[in-house]
Amino acid sequence: MVKVGEGNSRAATFQPHLGRLSPIEIYHARLGRLGKAWQRDLSSLSSGWEVLLGITGRDFTLIAASKAAMRGATILKASDDKTRQLNKHTLMAFMGEAGDTVQFAEYIQANAQLYSMRNETDLSPSALAHFVRGELASSLRSRKPYNVNLLLGGVDPITHKPSLYWLDYLATLAPLPYAAHGYAQYYCLSILDKHHHPDISLGQGIKLLTLCIDELKRRLPVDFKGMVVKAVTKDGIVDIEFDDDKVVKSA
Amino acid sequence: MVGKDCVAIACDLRLGLQALTVSNNFPKIFQYGDNVFLGLTGLATDLSTVSDLFRYKVNMYRLREERNIAPKTFANLVSSSLYEKRFGPYFVSPVVAGLDPKTSKPFICGFDSIGCIDFAADFIVSGTATDQLYGMCESLWEPNLAPEDLFETISQALMSAVDRDALSGWGAHVYIIEKDKVTKRLLKGRQD
Repeated sequence: MVKVGEGNSRAATFQPHLGRLSPIEIYHARLGRLGKAWQRDLSSLSSGWEVLLGITGRDFTLIAASKAAMRGATILKASDDKTRQLNKHTLMAFMGEAGDTVQFAEYIQANAQLYSMRNETDLSPSALAHFVRGELASSLRSRKPYNVNLLLGGVDPITHKPSLYWLDYLATLAPLPYAAHGYAQYYCLSILDKHHHPDISLGQGIKLLTLCIDELKRRLPVDFKGMVVKAVTKDGIVDIEFDDDKVVKSA
Repeated sequence: MVGKDCVAIACDLRLGLQALTVSNNFPKIFQYGDNVFLGLTGLATDLSTVSDLFRYKVNMYRLREERNIAPKTFANLVSSSLYEKRFGPYFVSPVVAGLDPKTSKPFICGFDSIGCIDFAADFIVSGTATDQLYGMCESLWEPNLAPEDLFETISQALMSAVDRDALSGWGAHVYIIEKDKVTKRLLKGRQD
Protein backbone atom coordinates (compact mmCIF):
# COMPACT_ATOMS: atom_id res chain seq x y z
CA MET A 1 0.00 0.00 0.00
CA VAL A 2 1.30 3.44 -0.88
CA LYS A 3 1.18 5.86 2.01
CA VAL A 4 0.97 9.60 1.82
CA GLY A 5 4.46 11.02 1.38
CA GLU A 6 6.04 8.00 -0.30
CA GLY A 7 5.69 6.01 -3.50
CA ASN A 8 4.72 7.55 -6.79
CA SER A 9 3.90 11.09 -5.77
CA ARG A 10 3.75 12.09 -9.44
CA ALA A 11 0.21 10.64 -9.46
CA ALA A 12 -0.86 13.48 -7.17
CA THR A 13 -0.01 15.99 -9.89
CA PHE A 14 -2.13 14.25 -12.46
CA GLN A 15 -5.28 13.80 -10.41
CA PRO A 16 -7.95 15.76 -12.26
CA HIS A 17 -9.62 16.89 -9.02
CA LEU A 18 -6.48 18.67 -7.79
CA GLY A 19 -8.83 21.51 -6.87
CA ARG A 20 -7.81 23.98 -4.16
CA LEU A 21 -4.18 23.41 -3.24
CA SER A 22 -3.55 22.42 0.34
CA PRO A 23 0.06 22.64 1.54
CA ILE A 24 0.31 18.84 1.33
CA GLU A 25 -0.93 18.84 -2.25
CA ILE A 26 1.56 21.54 -3.14
CA TYR A 27 4.27 19.43 -1.55
CA HIS A 28 3.28 16.37 -3.59
CA ALA A 29 2.88 18.32 -6.75
CA ARG A 30 6.31 19.81 -6.21
CA LEU A 31 7.90 16.39 -5.86
CA GLY A 32 6.16 15.16 -8.98
CA ARG A 33 7.03 18.11 -11.14
CA LEU A 34 10.49 19.15 -10.14
CA GLY A 35 12.04 16.07 -8.57
CA LYS A 36 14.41 16.50 -5.69
CA ALA A 37 14.98 20.21 -6.16
CA TRP A 38 11.97 20.93 -3.93
CA GLN A 39 13.02 18.58 -1.16
CA ARG A 40 16.18 20.47 -0.29
CA ASP A 41 16.35 21.12 3.37
CA LEU A 42 18.88 23.30 5.11
CA SER A 43 20.40 20.66 7.40
CA SER A 44 21.47 18.31 4.57
CA LEU A 45 23.10 21.13 2.65
CA SER A 46 26.42 22.71 3.61
CA SER A 47 25.09 25.97 2.12
CA GLY A 48 22.54 26.07 4.93
CA TRP A 49 25.37 27.17 7.19
CA GLU A 50 26.25 30.21 5.12
CA VAL A 51 25.04 33.58 6.36
CA LEU A 52 23.58 36.45 4.34
CA LEU A 53 22.22 39.54 6.05
CA GLY A 54 20.80 42.79 4.72
CA ILE A 55 19.58 45.92 6.48
CA THR A 56 18.22 49.15 5.01
CA GLY A 57 18.27 52.49 6.77
CA ARG A 58 17.66 56.17 6.07
CA ASP A 59 20.12 56.54 3.17
CA PHE A 60 21.96 53.23 2.86
CA THR A 61 21.63 49.47 2.47
CA LEU A 62 24.01 47.22 4.38
CA ILE A 63 24.88 43.78 3.02
CA ALA A 64 26.85 41.22 5.00
CA ALA A 65 27.97 37.72 3.97
CA SER A 66 29.92 35.05 5.83
CA LYS A 67 33.56 34.54 4.80
CA ALA A 68 33.77 30.74 5.00
CA ALA A 69 33.74 28.72 1.78
CA MET A 70 32.61 25.28 2.85
CA ARG A 71 32.60 21.90 1.16
CA GLY A 72 31.04 19.16 3.23
CA ALA A 73 32.63 19.31 6.67
CA THR A 74 35.70 21.22 5.42
CA ILE A 75 36.33 24.95 5.32
CA LEU A 76 38.25 25.53 2.09
CA LYS A 77 38.71 29.27 2.49
CA ALA A 78 38.20 31.75 5.30
CA SER A 79 38.22 34.96 3.25
CA ASP A 80 35.56 34.28 0.61
CA ASP A 81 33.62 37.27 -0.74
CA LYS A 82 30.08 36.16 -1.58
CA THR A 83 29.09 39.48 -3.14
CA ARG A 84 29.24 40.96 -6.65
CA GLN A 85 28.77 44.57 -7.64
CA LEU A 86 26.18 44.86 -10.42
CA ASN A 87 26.56 48.58 -11.06
CA LYS A 88 27.57 51.73 -9.22
CA HIS A 89 24.77 51.50 -6.66
CA THR A 90 23.60 47.89 -6.62
CA LEU A 91 25.22 44.99 -4.78
CA MET A 92 24.20 41.34 -4.81
CA ALA A 93 25.11 38.75 -2.17
CA PHE A 94 24.61 35.04 -2.87
CA MET A 95 24.72 31.62 -1.23
CA GLY A 96 23.77 28.11 -2.27
CA GLU A 97 25.21 25.20 -4.21
CA ALA A 98 28.91 25.58 -4.95
CA GLY A 99 29.41 26.35 -8.62
CA ASP A 100 25.87 27.56 -9.21
CA THR A 101 26.38 30.60 -7.01
CA VAL A 102 29.32 32.30 -8.68
CA GLN A 103 28.22 31.18 -12.16
CA PHE A 104 24.78 32.73 -11.71
CA ALA A 105 26.00 35.87 -9.92
CA GLU A 106 28.60 36.65 -12.58
CA TYR A 107 26.08 36.00 -15.36
CA ILE A 108 23.81 38.59 -13.77
CA GLN A 109 26.73 40.93 -13.18
CA ALA A 110 27.81 40.68 -16.84
CA ASN A 111 24.30 41.42 -18.07
CA ALA A 112 23.90 44.38 -15.72
CA GLN A 113 27.19 45.80 -16.96
CA LEU A 114 26.28 45.14 -20.60
CA TYR A 115 23.07 47.10 -20.08
CA SER A 116 24.97 50.00 -18.51
CA MET A 117 27.43 50.12 -21.44
CA ARG A 118 24.76 49.89 -24.15
CA ASN A 119 22.39 52.45 -22.68
CA GLU A 120 24.74 54.70 -20.76
CA THR A 121 22.35 54.37 -17.84
CA ASP A 122 22.33 51.92 -14.97
CA LEU A 123 19.34 49.73 -14.24
CA SER A 124 17.66 50.67 -10.97
CA PRO A 125 17.84 48.19 -8.07
CA SER A 126 14.16 47.36 -8.58
CA ALA A 127 14.65 46.71 -12.30
CA LEU A 128 17.64 44.50 -11.57
CA ALA A 129 15.74 42.56 -8.91
CA HIS A 130 12.96 41.80 -11.39
CA PHE A 131 15.51 40.85 -14.05
CA VAL A 132 17.21 38.44 -11.63
CA ARG A 133 13.84 36.98 -10.67
CA GLY A 134 12.98 36.36 -14.30
CA GLU A 135 16.26 34.53 -14.88
CA LEU A 136 15.86 32.43 -11.72
CA ALA A 137 12.21 31.67 -12.50
CA SER A 138 12.98 30.36 -15.97
CA SER A 139 15.87 28.35 -14.53
CA LEU A 140 13.51 26.85 -11.91
CA ARG A 141 11.46 25.03 -14.55
CA SER A 142 14.48 23.92 -16.58
CA ARG A 143 16.23 20.56 -16.48
CA LYS A 144 18.84 21.69 -13.95
CA PRO A 145 17.73 24.72 -11.91
CA TYR A 146 20.22 27.04 -10.21
CA ASN A 147 20.23 26.51 -6.46
CA VAL A 148 21.04 30.05 -5.38
CA ASN A 149 19.61 32.33 -2.71
CA LEU A 150 20.24 36.04 -3.08
CA LEU A 151 20.02 39.41 -1.42
CA LEU A 152 20.07 42.44 -3.65
CA GLY A 153 20.75 45.78 -2.03
CA GLY A 154 20.81 49.17 -3.65
CA VAL A 155 20.16 52.87 -3.51
CA ASP A 156 18.08 54.37 -6.31
CA PRO A 157 20.36 56.68 -8.35
CA ILE A 158 17.62 59.31 -8.76
CA THR A 159 15.46 59.24 -5.65
CA HIS A 160 18.32 58.07 -3.35
CA LYS A 161 15.83 55.67 -1.74
CA PRO A 162 17.53 52.58 -0.29
CA SER A 163 16.06 49.18 -1.10
CA LEU A 164 16.66 45.53 -0.32
CA TYR A 165 15.31 42.53 -2.23
CA TRP A 166 15.13 38.98 -0.90
CA LEU A 167 15.21 36.21 -3.50
CA ASP A 168 15.30 32.47 -2.90
CA TYR A 169 16.10 29.59 -5.26
CA LEU A 170 12.40 29.28 -6.17
CA ALA A 171 12.61 32.85 -7.52
CA THR A 172 10.39 34.22 -4.77
CA LEU A 173 10.95 37.97 -4.74
CA ALA A 174 10.19 40.09 -1.70
CA PRO A 175 11.19 43.72 -1.12
CA LEU A 176 12.00 44.02 2.59
CA PRO A 177 13.39 46.52 5.11
CA TYR A 178 15.75 43.81 6.47
CA ALA A 179 16.39 40.23 5.41
CA ALA A 180 18.46 37.10 5.97
CA HIS A 181 19.05 33.72 4.31
CA GLY A 182 19.77 30.28 5.71
CA TYR A 183 19.75 29.46 9.42
CA ALA A 184 20.60 33.11 10.11
CA GLN A 185 16.93 33.88 9.47
CA TYR A 186 15.87 32.04 12.61
CA TYR A 187 18.27 34.03 14.81
CA CYS A 188 18.39 37.44 13.16
CA LEU A 189 14.85 38.23 12.01
CA SER A 190 13.52 38.36 15.56
CA ILE A 191 16.37 40.65 16.64
CA LEU A 192 15.71 42.92 13.65
CA ASP A 193 11.93 42.83 14.28
CA LYS A 194 12.64 44.29 17.71
CA HIS A 195 15.40 46.79 16.93
CA HIS A 196 15.08 47.88 13.29
CA HIS A 197 13.69 51.24 12.29
CA PRO A 198 13.55 52.55 8.69
CA ASP A 199 15.16 55.86 9.73
CA ILE A 200 18.42 54.56 11.27
CA SER A 201 21.81 56.02 10.37
CA LEU A 202 24.70 53.97 8.95
CA GLY A 203 26.34 53.87 12.37
CA GLN A 204 23.20 52.52 13.97
CA GLY A 205 22.85 50.05 11.10
CA ILE A 206 26.32 48.66 11.73
CA LYS A 207 25.52 48.40 15.46
CA LEU A 208 22.38 46.44 14.61
CA LEU A 209 24.36 44.19 12.29
CA THR A 210 26.89 43.56 15.07
CA LEU A 211 24.04 42.60 17.38
CA CYS A 212 22.88 40.01 14.81
CA ILE A 213 26.35 38.63 14.09
CA ASP A 214 27.12 38.32 17.81
CA GLU A 215 24.00 36.23 18.20
CA LEU A 216 25.04 34.03 15.27
CA LYS A 217 28.50 33.52 16.79
CA ARG A 218 26.82 32.61 20.05
CA ARG A 219 24.21 30.20 18.71
CA LEU A 220 25.30 28.77 15.33
CA PRO A 221 27.14 25.45 15.81
CA VAL A 222 29.69 26.20 13.07
CA ASP A 223 32.34 28.88 12.74
CA PHE A 224 31.45 30.91 9.66
CA LYS A 225 34.79 32.79 9.80
CA GLY A 226 33.40 36.29 10.19
CA MET A 227 31.61 38.55 7.74
CA VAL A 228 32.30 40.67 4.70
CA VAL A 229 30.31 43.87 5.24
CA LYS A 230 29.54 46.40 2.51
CA ALA A 231 27.34 49.47 2.49
CA VAL A 232 25.53 50.84 -0.57
CA THR A 233 25.05 54.60 -0.41
CA LYS A 234 24.21 57.26 -2.99
CA ASP A 235 27.96 57.71 -3.56
CA GLY A 236 28.52 54.04 -4.38
CA ILE A 237 29.56 50.91 -2.55
CA VAL A 238 31.96 51.10 0.38
CA ASP A 239 33.68 48.27 2.26
CA ILE A 240 33.03 48.45 5.98
CA GLU A 241 35.81 47.37 8.32
CA PHE A 242 34.32 44.74 10.57
CA ASP A 243 35.98 43.21 13.60
CA ASP A 244 35.75 39.44 13.09
CA ASP A 245 38.05 38.50 15.94
CA LYS A 246 35.70 39.73 18.65
CA VAL A 247 34.98 36.85 20.99
CA VAL A 248 31.36 36.51 22.02
CA LYS A 249 30.66 34.85 25.35
CA SER A 250 28.21 31.97 25.07
CA ALA A 251 24.90 32.34 26.86
CA MET B 1 -17.77 38.32 -2.69
CA VAL B 2 -20.85 39.64 -4.55
CA GLY B 3 -23.02 42.54 -3.33
CA LYS B 4 -25.76 44.67 -4.87
CA ASP B 5 -24.22 46.26 -7.99
CA CYS B 6 -20.78 45.77 -6.44
CA VAL B 7 -18.16 43.13 -5.76
CA ALA B 8 -15.39 42.85 -3.20
CA ILE B 9 -12.07 41.03 -3.21
CA ALA B 10 -9.65 40.77 -0.29
CA CYS B 11 -6.33 39.12 0.59
CA ASP B 12 -3.97 38.80 3.53
CA LEU B 13 -0.40 40.14 3.38
CA ARG B 14 1.78 37.32 4.71
CA LEU B 15 4.65 35.72 2.80
CA GLY B 16 6.14 32.74 4.57
CA LEU B 17 8.30 29.67 4.20
CA GLN B 18 6.28 27.09 6.13
CA ALA B 19 6.22 28.50 9.68
CA LEU B 20 8.77 31.27 9.09
CA THR B 21 7.32 34.64 8.09
CA VAL B 22 9.54 36.32 5.51
CA SER B 23 7.39 39.38 4.75
CA ASN B 24 4.26 40.99 6.15
CA ASN B 25 3.67 43.21 3.14
CA PHE B 26 3.11 40.85 0.22
CA PRO B 27 -0.18 41.73 -1.54
CA LYS B 28 -1.89 38.99 -3.56
CA ILE B 29 -4.45 41.05 -5.51
CA PHE B 30 -3.64 42.49 -8.93
CA GLN B 31 -5.66 44.90 -11.06
CA TYR B 32 -6.06 44.42 -14.81
CA GLY B 33 -8.07 47.35 -16.14
CA ASP B 34 -10.70 49.55 -14.53
CA ASN B 35 -12.73 46.88 -12.78
CA VAL B 36 -11.05 43.52 -13.30
CA PHE B 37 -9.18 42.05 -10.34
CA LEU B 38 -7.21 38.87 -9.87
CA GLY B 39 -6.40 37.32 -6.49
CA LEU B 40 -3.73 34.61 -6.30
CA THR B 41 -2.77 32.10 -3.60
CA GLY B 42 -0.26 29.27 -3.64
CA LEU B 43 3.46 29.10 -4.36
CA ALA B 44 4.88 32.65 -4.05
CA THR B 45 7.19 32.42 -7.06
CA ASP B 46 4.26 31.39 -9.23
CA LEU B 47 2.19 34.32 -7.91
CA SER B 48 4.80 36.66 -9.39
CA THR B 49 5.19 34.63 -12.58
CA VAL B 50 1.44 34.34 -13.18
CA SER B 51 0.61 37.95 -12.28
CA ASP B 52 3.38 39.21 -14.59
CA LEU B 53 2.19 36.89 -17.37
CA PHE B 54 -1.35 38.24 -17.17
CA ARG B 55 -0.13 41.83 -17.08
CA TYR B 56 1.63 41.10 -20.37
CA LYS B 57 -1.36 39.29 -21.88
CA VAL B 58 -3.88 41.93 -20.81
CA ASN B 59 -1.68 44.75 -22.12
CA MET B 60 -1.39 42.97 -25.47
CA TYR B 61 -5.17 42.44 -25.49
CA ARG B 62 -5.76 46.15 -24.82
CA LEU B 63 -3.45 47.19 -27.67
CA ARG B 64 -5.02 44.71 -30.08
CA GLU B 65 -8.67 45.38 -29.24
CA GLU B 66 -8.34 49.05 -28.22
CA ARG B 67 -10.52 48.47 -25.17
CA ASN B 68 -10.22 47.03 -21.68
CA ILE B 69 -10.71 43.34 -21.06
CA ALA B 70 -14.04 42.25 -19.52
CA PRO B 71 -14.02 40.05 -16.40
CA LYS B 72 -15.62 37.10 -18.23
CA THR B 73 -13.07 37.29 -21.05
CA PHE B 74 -10.29 37.59 -18.50
CA ALA B 75 -11.59 34.53 -16.63
CA ASN B 76 -11.42 32.50 -19.84
CA LEU B 77 -7.92 33.84 -20.50
CA VAL B 78 -6.85 32.71 -17.02
CA SER B 79 -8.43 29.31 -17.56
CA SER B 80 -6.79 28.62 -20.90
CA SER B 81 -3.41 29.99 -19.77
CA LEU B 82 -3.41 27.68 -16.75
CA TYR B 83 -4.50 24.66 -18.80
CA GLU B 84 -1.60 25.27 -21.18
CA LYS B 85 0.55 24.05 -18.29
CA ARG B 86 -1.66 20.99 -17.65
CA PHE B 87 1.21 18.58 -16.98
CA GLY B 88 3.45 20.98 -15.07
CA PRO B 89 1.09 23.50 -13.57
CA TYR B 90 1.65 26.83 -11.85
CA PHE B 91 0.88 26.10 -8.20
CA VAL B 92 -1.74 28.82 -7.79
CA SER B 93 -5.48 28.93 -7.20
CA PRO B 94 -6.70 32.23 -8.66
CA VAL B 95 -9.87 34.19 -7.98
CA VAL B 96 -11.30 36.72 -10.45
CA ALA B 97 -13.66 39.53 -9.40
CA GLY B 98 -15.07 42.39 -11.45
CA LEU B 99 -18.03 44.21 -12.94
CA ASP B 100 -19.14 43.64 -16.52
CA PRO B 101 -18.22 46.83 -18.46
CA LYS B 102 -21.58 46.90 -20.33
CA THR B 103 -24.19 45.68 -17.84
CA SER B 104 -22.27 46.48 -14.61
CA LYS B 105 -23.31 43.09 -13.32
CA PRO B 106 -21.04 41.60 -10.65
CA PHE B 107 -18.87 38.70 -11.74
CA ILE B 108 -16.75 36.40 -9.60
CA CYS B 109 -15.14 33.02 -10.20
CA GLY B 110 -12.35 30.79 -8.94
CA PHE B 111 -10.03 28.27 -10.56
CA ASP B 112 -7.97 25.23 -9.64
CA SER B 113 -4.30 25.16 -10.59
CA ILE B 114 -5.02 23.72 -14.05
CA GLY B 115 -7.71 26.22 -14.98
CA CYS B 116 -11.05 24.58 -14.18
CA ILE B 117 -13.45 27.52 -13.64
CA ASP B 118 -15.75 27.58 -10.63
CA PHE B 119 -18.50 30.18 -11.19
CA ALA B 120 -20.34 31.42 -8.12
CA ALA B 121 -23.19 33.80 -7.35
CA ASP B 122 -22.16 34.46 -3.75
CA PHE B 123 -18.48 34.06 -2.83
CA ILE B 124 -15.22 32.33 -3.80
CA VAL B 125 -12.42 31.46 -1.38
CA SER B 126 -8.87 30.25 -1.90
CA GLY B 127 -5.65 29.60 0.01
CA THR B 128 -4.46 27.96 3.22
CA ALA B 129 -7.45 29.30 5.22
CA THR B 130 -9.99 27.94 2.72
CA ASP B 131 -11.90 25.86 5.30
CA GLN B 132 -12.15 28.74 7.75
CA LEU B 133 -13.18 31.15 4.97
CA TYR B 134 -15.98 28.85 3.80
CA GLY B 135 -17.34 28.75 7.34
CA MET B 136 -17.17 32.52 7.82
CA CYS B 137 -18.61 33.40 4.40
CA GLU B 138 -21.37 30.80 4.74
CA SER B 139 -22.53 32.41 7.98
CA LEU B 140 -21.93 36.13 7.30
CA TRP B 141 -22.81 36.58 3.61
CA GLU B 142 -26.32 37.49 2.50
CA PRO B 143 -27.69 38.55 -0.90
CA ASN B 144 -27.83 42.21 -2.08
CA LEU B 145 -25.35 43.75 0.34
CA ALA B 146 -24.70 47.48 -0.20
CA PRO B 147 -21.03 48.46 -0.74
CA GLU B 148 -20.45 49.51 2.90
CA ASP B 149 -22.09 46.36 4.24
CA LEU B 150 -20.18 44.24 1.76
CA PHE B 151 -16.92 45.80 2.99
CA GLU B 152 -17.84 44.96 6.59
CA THR B 153 -18.86 41.41 5.67
CA ILE B 154 -15.80 40.52 3.61
CA SER B 155 -13.43 42.12 6.15
CA GLN B 156 -14.92 40.32 9.15
CA ALA B 157 -14.97 37.03 7.24
CA LEU B 158 -11.33 37.37 6.18
CA MET B 159 -10.00 38.59 9.53
CA SER B 160 -11.81 35.91 11.55
CA ALA B 161 -10.71 33.19 9.13
CA VAL B 162 -7.01 34.11 9.06
CA ASP B 163 -6.88 34.43 12.83
CA ARG B 164 -7.71 30.69 12.99
CA ASP B 165 -5.00 29.86 10.42
CA ALA B 166 -1.35 29.88 11.45
CA LEU B 167 -0.12 30.34 7.87
CA SER B 168 -1.98 33.52 6.93
CA GLY B 169 -2.80 36.95 8.33
CA TRP B 170 -0.51 39.94 9.13
CA GLY B 171 -2.93 42.52 7.75
CA ALA B 172 -5.16 42.60 4.68
CA HIS B 173 -6.06 44.51 1.54
CA VAL B 174 -9.77 44.93 0.72
CA TYR B 175 -11.08 46.22 -2.62
CA ILE B 176 -14.70 47.30 -3.05
CA ILE B 177 -15.55 47.61 -6.75
CA GLU B 178 -18.55 49.72 -7.76
CA LYS B 179 -19.70 50.98 -11.18
CA ASP B 180 -17.37 53.96 -11.38
CA LYS B 181 -15.50 53.75 -8.10
CA VAL B 182 -12.94 51.38 -6.64
CA THR B 183 -12.11 51.69 -2.95
CA LYS B 184 -8.98 50.04 -1.60
CA ARG B 185 -8.55 49.74 2.13
CA LEU B 186 -5.68 48.43 4.24
CA LEU B 187 -6.68 46.47 7.33
CA LYS B 188 -3.96 46.29 9.95
CA GLY B 189 -5.18 43.11 11.62
CA ARG B 190 -3.31 41.12 14.23
CA GLN B 191 0.46 41.39 13.89
CA ASP B 192 1.40 38.16 15.69
